[in-house]
Amino acid sequence: MPSYEDILPIVTDLIKPLAAPGRSVREDTDLVSDLEFDSLKVMNLIEQVEDRFDVSVPLNILPEIRTVRDFTVQLQAILGEN
Amino acid sequence: MGLFDKFQQLAATRRAMAESGIQSINVVMDRVVSATEAIVNGRSLILAGTNNYLGLTFHPECIEAACDATRTLGTGTTGSRAANGSYSTHVQLETELADYFHRRGVIVFSTGYVANLGMLSTLAGSGDVFVIDGDCHASIYDGCRLSGAEIIRFRHNDPADLEKRLRRLGGRIENTLIVVEGIYSMLGDRAPLADIVAVKRRYPGAFLVVDEAHSLGVLGNHGRGMAEEAGVEADVDFVIGTFSKSLGAIGGYCASDHPELDLIRYANRPYVFTASSSPAIIASTRRALGILSAHPELRHRLWENARRLYARLMELGYRLGPEPSPIIAVRFAQREQAYSLWTALIERGIYVNLVVPPATPDGGSLLRCSVSAGHAPEQIVEIGNAFADLKRSFGIPPA
Repeated sequence: MPSYEDILPIVTDLIKPLAAPGRSVREDTDLVSDLEFDSLKVMNLIEQVEDRFDVSVPLNILPEIRTVRDFTVQLQAILGEN
Repeated sequence: MGLFDKFQQLAATRRAMAESGIQSINVVMDRVVSATEAIVNGRSLILAGTNNYLGLTFHPECIEAACDATRTLGTGTTGSRAANGSYSTHVQLETELADYFHRRGVIVFSTGYVANLGMLSTLAGSGDVFVIDGDCHASIYDGCRLSGAEIIRFRHNDPADLEKRLRRLGGRIENTLIVVEGIYSMLGDRAPLADIVAVKRRYPGAFLVVDEAHSLGVLGNHGRGMAEEAGVEADVDFVIGTFSKSLGAIGGYCASDHPELDLIRYANRPYVFTASSSPAIIASTRRALGILSAHPELRHRLWENARRLYARLMELGYRLGPEPSPIIAVRFAQREQAYSLWTALIERGIYVNLVVPPATPDGGSLLRCSVSAGHAPEQIVEIGNAFADLKRSFGIPPA
């Protein structure tokens, strides 16, 4: 199972092109309030993560996610189950 | 964060619409003249955004059946089907629908939304999995959420992406329901159902649910929808649909060959705890189902109108949904452009649906036209002419 530290830079790289211009992406960055993610961008991010890790990300995790860290933690748990 | 803070984004959207003079979510029909005409703010409008595909809302036989049922059975049932609200006419409609779909059983619901909410939330539970098309209707998402099952989304109309997700489920496949629609409500495109069924067959044990809300009465030699059109009815476990489009009333249904359907009825909280449809609704729906079955020419007229309008708008250079359909989505990248055109169409006497994000599939905005068998050829020409005028006056480039 990949570690949190393995996953974080990959997730960050996938988020950056979707973020509003000029915004920095750190672990505690809030996807909605800092990066202005809307539902379309969230779905876009999920699709990219799914392709990158060959995993299906259930929509049920979305209420648990506010920050880049939250997303990475959830993803690590999903990868651990597979 | 305060209780009402979450509504601020919505408030901003509404303010922006009001500043642009847009009243699309506050349209009040003062008088409805026919299946295709209404009076709004004293102005006569051609209705080109009502999902009234067969134009049956003013059919004299449906009106008479509804009036007669009201006189003999009253205005409402005042109770749920599980209590005092089950009349013989509800049961007769279920039998007639089962015969029509060649299915073992049918459950009738009070709305199409409740049909999806009730069936999906009851069929699956914790430990089960929904694999749903990304463009599915809100009622499907809500039903899946209420179930407590895991929800996995596959890319819209992409059977290969569906297969990838089924493969990843491994041993959980027997607890998996695939959910798709026959025709998608925003862009009017059809599901590649034969291909989806081919994928399903490679994963024995998976169930398939098809929402035919926009395809009942529209597709198939008998109007049974996309599954009939694709020749795959036997592979569809649950067909869900609505009475509020081609049948011109309100209500929903689920048809299935699974003998457990009747058990699902009693475990189905949205069904058990909703008052049943009024006698008038049931009576007009039964009559409309008879008319839909006996008059395939309505479907042919619908498609003739749909193809004609789609071709006209395409020729004008508007960016449309991917295929001719009774739902014709005129697409815009900028929502302000859609606002302006919607208002200008109203001024020219044409009503269509304005749809803006997040309700749209790609983040763009839509003027969503829906065509009816009830539209006279001249009305289709008039709708097309209004779009042509606007293209000239607004200099609309293809979005």
